[in-house]
Amino acid sequence: MIRLERRPEASQLMSYASPLIAIALMLIGGLLLFAFLGKNPLEGFIVFFINPISDLYGVSELLLKATPLMLIAVGLAVGFRANVWNIGAEGQLIVGGIAASAVALYFYESEGIHILVLMVIAGAIGGMLWATIPAFLKTRFNTNEILVSLMLVYVAQLMVSWLVHGPMMDPDGFNFPQSRMFEDPALLPLLSDENRLNFAFVMAIGALLVGYIFMYRSFAGFQMQVAGYAKDAARYAGFSAKKMIWIGLLSGGGMAGLAGMSEVAGPMGQLTEHVSNNYGFAAIIVAFVARLNPVGIFFASLLMALLYLGGEQAQQYLALPSSISNVFQGMLLMFLLGSDVFINYRIRWKEATA
Amino acid sequence: MTSDSDGDLAPRLELHGITKIYPSVIANEDVSLSVKRGEIHAVLGENGAGKSTLMKMIYGVAKPDAGEMKWEGEVVHVENPAHARSLGIGMVFQHFSLFETLNVVENVALALPGNPDLKQLAEQITEVSNRYGLPVDPGRLVHALSVGERQRVEIIRCLLQNPKLLIMDEPTSVLTPQAVRKLFDTLRQLADEGCSILYISHKLDEIQELCHVATVLRDGKVTGDCIPSEETPKSMASLMIGKELPVPEHSAPAELGEVRLQLKRLSKESNDPFGTHLRDMELEVRSGEILGIAGVSGNGQQELLYALSGEIPVDDPDSIVICGAPSGRDLPDQRRGNGMGFVPEERLGRGAVPRMSLTENALLTAHRSGMLKRGMIQFDKISAFASKCIEDFNVKCGGAEHAANSLSGGNLQKFIMGREILLTPKLLVVAQPTWGVDVGAAAFIRQQLIDLRNEGTAILVISEELEELFEISDRIAVIAEGRISPAKKLADTNIDEIGVWMSGMWDQAVPAEVVAHD
Repeated sequence: MIRLERRPEASQLMSYASPLIAIALMLIGGLLLFAFLGKNPLEGFIVFFINPISDLYGVSELLLKATPLMLIAVGLAVGFRANVWNIGAEGQLIVGGIAASAVALYFYESEGIHILVLMVIAGAIGGMLWATIPAFLKTRFNTNEILVSLMLVYVAQLMVSWLVHGPMMDPDGFNFPQSRMFEDPALLPLLSDENRLNFAFVMAIGALLVGYIFMYRSFAGFQMQVAGYAKDAARYAGFSAKKMIWIGLLSGGGMAGLAGMSEVAGPMGQLTEHVSNNYGFAAIIVAFVARLNPVGIFFASLLMALLYLGGEQAQQYLALPSSISNVFQGMLLMFLLGSDVFINYRIRWKEATA
Repeated sequence: MTSDSDGDLAPRLELHGITKIYPSVIANEDVSLSVKRGEIHAVLGENGAGKSTLMKMIYGVAKPDAGEMKWEGEVVHVENPAHARSLGIGMVFQHFSLFETLNVVENVALALPGNPDLKQLAEQITEVSNRYGLPVDPGRLVHALSVGERQRVEIIRCLLQNPKLLIMDEPTSVLTPQAVRKLFDTLRQLADEGCSILYISHKLDEIQELCHVATVLRDGKVTGDCIPSEETPKSMASLMIGKELPVPEHSAPAELGEVRLQLKRLSKESNDPFGTHLRDMELEVRSGEILGIAGVSGNGQQELLYALSGEIPVDDPDSIVICGAPSGRDLPDQRRGNGMGFVPEERLGRGAVPRMSLTENALLTAHRSGMLKRGMIQFDKISAFASKCIEDFNVKCGGAEHAANSLSGGNLQKFIMGREILLTPKLLVVAQPTWGVDVGAAAFIRQQLIDLRNEGTAILVISEELEELFEISDRIAVIAEGRISPAKKLADTNIDEIGVWMSGMWDQAVPAEVVAHD
């Protein structure tokens, strides 16, 4: 008979091993899935996980895809550590993208570095504004930030759709639902002529560093961790719960908005209905696989980016739908939650007693 | 109820070599004891000695890993509490298991098999309650009952099933001294009728007064059997803790200094529907004194502590004055800034973060004493502070980097107490300083409080242990039904008077003296 038994103390080892186990199980699950779909599992594995990064260009694409994930995940992790559950980064990303696009279009056909600077600021503020709504409602009326932030994603999606069909539509664009293509002054500088990797990657690494210092060295980060571990202890110490809700939501919103800016001013070069590629939701998985740790977020973002690229490759070479990426993401999260049980519990094999 | 107590019959309950091993601890090892018919048998031991685990096994809540249990001479394996009840074993738990929104009859009915007729049951309850001197109205809702009344409901619930063995787990910790005496009368009457009683406690005087035989547990093992009436509290204590009971040194009250805490008509509606509203509380604590607040739990202690600490601020800033500053609306952080320290009743999760290291837990309240530099944590300073706290206050632990939840309750309490004391508060508010702490650590903590008072700190202690308050306080007041009594000097009162006050009756007796005192 198998029995789950509570560990006397949470296992540190298991808390780090759990993401690795989840990744391994996801790979096994993926191979089984390929076999089940009538594909050669080994070939599927190579197409999915090896081909995308078999050359330098592939690696640069990986970093490009990982950039918004890193930005969002580190912002979310700040809040998650205090049990502030911002599930709406997808919407905050869209609003950040809209705000940055508005700046780009306002300065259309003009020059200067100020355009990009303003776009960065506008993107971050746009995301924060969207996160202000759940933060205000939570601190004022004690509403559930999970529901409010999630529902606002759909509002943001409808809003961007309306904008690119209306006020922000390209006047010379044959009625396609998209904005003008941005000009060079409104595009993030590329790091190399060989590929599409841009300055946003540098910003993401910077964000991880700042995030690390905030979480592990600053008193504010400590306060948020206390609130996450033991709410009553935070209240006993006199840490303001409202302040933490604001910091948690605004950091997630700001970073998501920045990610939206980096998309419209980066690989997309314009605003469309599809600003986001589900990055806002994928980053939640990234943050948890990474144990809310910025170093972990770096690697987990690369893994998640690989799932995106692998999905595209599988579409091209294996004739599988691109939603296969979502299946892998889902498996990763599910296996992670499953193996996280063993941080606090262990299995006992017990013979049935009379 | 049987009355066939006879020396020739097999003992009612016999345990042989009972052992219970939990993942991290051996709760009971080779425990044997024997309870005769009509015997009141004490199981004596400190917190964590394994008393409750042993009782749970007798009642079928847990199963032993080794050993044998005999019931009236027959070997039995108690499968679950229902099985235990069918054998004739009843248990009154330390923490009551009653539904607050149901009335007494409904609560009793829930514990009985089948679908009893409520009207008839109410009559039975009245009958039993009259017979054993346990007055309680069957129609009342449980949330409106006092703690003592709730315990009566639990006892009546057991008695309705005509138990042959009644297990009482720390029954007096929630009762006034007068209520304790009534309970003892009931228990003696039951024993005279042949019912055996297993009485779990760590209070030596009670066991001496009530019990025929005592089995002493320490670290899960039996360290001795004795006849309490032939022992002294000292000799039983040494069986229980393995050494003599230390007594704190309490010098004469120092000269009183300035008022550090003042409550002026403090009132607060409780948010909890079953909470206690605080009403017109008046109190003064001066520098260099320990003021003890006695009371039966659930009479507003929690609410008062939340209001004092600032975890739930009150509306009128002037109703709580801390070191001269009107503080009613202040948050805990601001009150600490004014010189207050606070040790809450719950250590894990409130006074300390279970998963964080002792160093990080020191930062929880010590952060304002130079541990931060432009918002960044000075890790060297905070870890030096934590190490000093561990050393000065004799905290047994693996080191400052170990998590708070790896410490025993007593050691964590010493750490939290040490942290607050090292911050040199002008006013220290302490709730249940030694609750769940072993006797040695309790004596140490009391001595620390007395030393701190000698250095001129004003100390407010809220405790449910009357003996403790009489040991350390200079003045003593009582909280009952959300009101607070005038404080009396220790020399001018005694346990009996405080016991009467604990049921809320002080207005009639004393006002003249209080006026004179002021």
